[in-house]
Amino acid sequence: MLRFFWLRLLQAIPVLLVVITFTFFLVRFAPGGPFDQERVQVPEVRRALEAQYRMDQPLLAQYGSYLGDLLRGDLGPSFKYPGRSVNELIAAGFPATAELGTYALLIAIVVGMGAGLIAALHPNTWRDYLPMSLAMIGICAPTFLLGPLLVLVFGIWLEWLPVSGWGDLPGDKILPSLTLGFAYAAYIARLSRGGMLEVLSQDYIRTARAKGLPERVVIFKHALRGGLVPVVAYLGPAFAMLLSGSFVVETVFQVPGLGRFFVQAAFNRDYTMILGCTTFLAFLIIVFNLLSDVLAAWLNPRVRGAIGGRA
Amino acid sequence: MSRSLRWQSGVYAVVLAASALLAACSGGNTRVQEGNATGVLHYGNGAEPQAIDPHLTSGVPEAHIIDSLFEGLVSKDPETLEPVPGVAERWEVSPDGLTYRFHLRADARWSDGTALTAEDFHWSWWRGLQPALGNDSAYMMFPLKNAEAYLKGEITDFDQVGVRVIDPRTLEVELGAPTPYFLQLVAHASYYPVPRHVIEKFGAPADRFTRWTRVGNIVSNGAYRLAEWKLNRYVRVERNPEYWDAANVRLNAVMFYVTENIVTEERLFRSGQLHYTTDIPLDKIPVYRREAPELLRQDLYLSTYFYMLNVTRPGLDDARVRRALAMSVDRQTLVDTVLQGVNVPAYAMTPPGTLGYQPPTLFDFDPEAARKLLAEAGYPDGKGLPPLEVVYNTHEGHRKIAVAIQQMWKKHLNIDVTIVNQEWKVFLDTRQHGEFSISRHGWQGDYVDPNTFLDLFITGGGNNNGKWSNARYDELILRKLPAARTQEERFAIFHEAETILMEEMPVIPLYTYVTKHLVSPTVKGMAPNILDFYSFKHIYVEPAK
Repeated sequence: MLRFFWLRLLQAIPVLLVVITFTFFLVRFAPGGPFDQERVQVPEVRRALEAQYRMDQPLLAQYGSYLGDLLRGDLGPSFKYPGRSVNELIAAGFPATAELGTYALLIAIVVGMGAGLIAALHPNTWRDYLPMSLAMIGICAPTFLLGPLLVLVFGIWLEWLPVSGWGDLPGDKILPSLTLGFAYAAYIARLSRGGMLEVLSQDYIRTARAKGLPERVVIFKHALRGGLVPVVAYLGPAFAMLLSGSFVVETVFQVPGLGRFFVQAAFNRDYTMILGCTTFLAFLIIVFNLLSDVLAAWLNPRVRGAIGGRA
Repeated sequence: MSRSLRWQSGVYAVVLAASALLAACSGGNTRVQEGNATGVLHYGNGAEPQAIDPHLTSGVPEAHIIDSLFEGLVSKDPETLEPVPGVAERWEVSPDGLTYRFHLRADARWSDGTALTAEDFHWSWWRGLQPALGNDSAYMMFPLKNAEAYLKGEITDFDQVGVRVIDPRTLEVELGAPTPYFLQLVAHASYYPVPRHVIEKFGAPADRFTRWTRVGNIVSNGAYRLAEWKLNRYVRVERNPEYWDAANVRLNAVMFYVTENIVTEERLFRSGQLHYTTDIPLDKIPVYRREAPELLRQDLYLSTYFYMLNVTRPGLDDARVRRALAMSVDRQTLVDTVLQGVNVPAYAMTPPGTLGYQPPTLFDFDPEAARKLLAEAGYPDGKGLPPLEVVYNTHEGHRKIAVAIQQMWKKHLNIDVTIVNQEWKVFLDTRQHGEFSISRHGWQGDYVDPNTFLDLFITGGGNNNGKWSNARYDELILRKLPAARTQEERFAIFHEAETILMEEMPVIPLYTYVTKHLVSPTVKGMAPNILDFYSFKHIYVEPAK
């Protein structure tokens, strides 16, 4: 098990390197640069700016020095925000994004699994159709629709919750978390329904029922563990996606997270910020995929056997 | 079955409990009500400020914060924008208009109590002109004698630049040519003093990457001092007790919120969380006009929306074609429909009434005359005109305008124009390299004088991307203007230059911008003006009656 873990971590290095290299050159070849603006600068000012950010050097040299800095954990200075380093900006944006992502994931798991379970236990009745139709709508409805809709109802009409913000006013974290959570809840509902239905038709469940075990034990002890494998496999990438920040939810609710910085960086051609965010998120995605694989292995004895570990 | 019923009732109980909790959250005072009681202004400020070092940024959200933190030798009257004493209590101008002598007030201090002297201004202007710093606004200092040559490295001795310390309370400034709007420039952020004793503690003067502007480090000299800066959330400034005029500062603090999304900003205003919004979504304007006109504020802005024509392109190299295009745009309809009646049709580059200057009006919407001009140029009924393309940066508003104009040109001139949108930086690249036939453009005046619009079009000007060139125009702007002695003379020169511009039509002016804000009625001392400039020193809030 441990060997599997280390092997996967080692594999991450070339993946990261490819991501960094690809992003580095891709953003450089995009038209327009960080210093292009409405008013053309005095040429001398422009040259001085480029020199300060090493842009007067050949591209390969810049790439080399970027990798060198990266090895020391330095993601470089931001182009857009003079005086701020990319490390600092990521450190400033990530906590809000991570918190939002965690709440959203918890909501997604509780609501999604709950709905999926109810549906799977009563297939082809209204208790299946209703949550599954809602889930279908949830998958289809984009957050930029759901967010303002929730704001309109709970923020403006009922005046129960703040319309935006993050940690500024009591209760302002609820609506963004719900908006982001519902989109993922919908997927989880469908996945857990499918997984549960498949498991419930298996022989060992019939055996358990034939033994006369109470239904509660059959569901929660025997079926759930197998039925949730697809959900767990989905949770890793989902959490990584949540952590990369939902630009839409962060924008609609003015959440000071990483997603906004990331997207703005692309618009601003803030080269170091784009690279820093991409590298950081690629790293997170690799780690969470790994964790989700480990968790799936722990849940599934067959996979556990395949990777040669002992549970 | 009974079990699932129990589940369901459990779910209902949770939902009910949550609703009760939510209901408990609401109620109590809004931020605006609290701010009215405690003297705190809650101000929607647009994008996250890039920097608050006056030499490192030229953006609008940044300017608001910098203006609250720093003060120049001269300030602007919040209503008339006329120069009023700032750090300098008085000044004298020599009869030839070339020498200014500023007398600093004795009680001018930095927010840490250190005395603010003429030496501070000398050093700050020196810093602003260091090429290595990469100061975007350095060009604002070019009226100073030899400033441009110094920035460009043509001279290296700063003593040759026109700023001299006579004594700690007297600063003498020498200009390269008479500049009647010079005092306006001195009131601009690029002329603000920055604290040498702090900047040098955190790094080299021309280092962009130091931490001197961070909370706890920064020292400023304006009505407020920096108290808090939460990235992507807000900047909080508090009354500066060391400020010479602190007794007349009525707000205790200003909260500058990051409000990138104007739809969200409007919602914040509606729910009582903001006193002021930086903008309003266009589709909300009719609603506010109808239901709460007292909250809506619209004022003419020193800024022109126009299309720039590339005069090197076949077809557009003929002034008659350019004029035909300009005359067949029905600006009034454009403004009334697409723009919700917010902006003002423009028939010249300079907004009307810029410091009393009235631009010439040489043409009007006249499709008949436009068709005739097009025929004279050899394209009767639009036939034979090489294909034209309007390029604009991706934005719903720009798209609607482009589509409307495309239809007007089709209808009135029978010419087919394609429209292309480009992402902002791609667009800038396209425009700067002149790879367009017609390009959207907007220009915001730096100071209230026609020069800020008209010097754009001198031959080879950095922003003259349409490559238009006219010897007489250059002579007027570059030689006649600096020699003019009176405002009447200057305005006559501007009038002649703008007449040439509108006869040659290398640009098609479309409308003069109007700023739009939502302002709580409890905010006072926020007089409207053409620069959309607000003096935070003069603003106050009072509880609603």
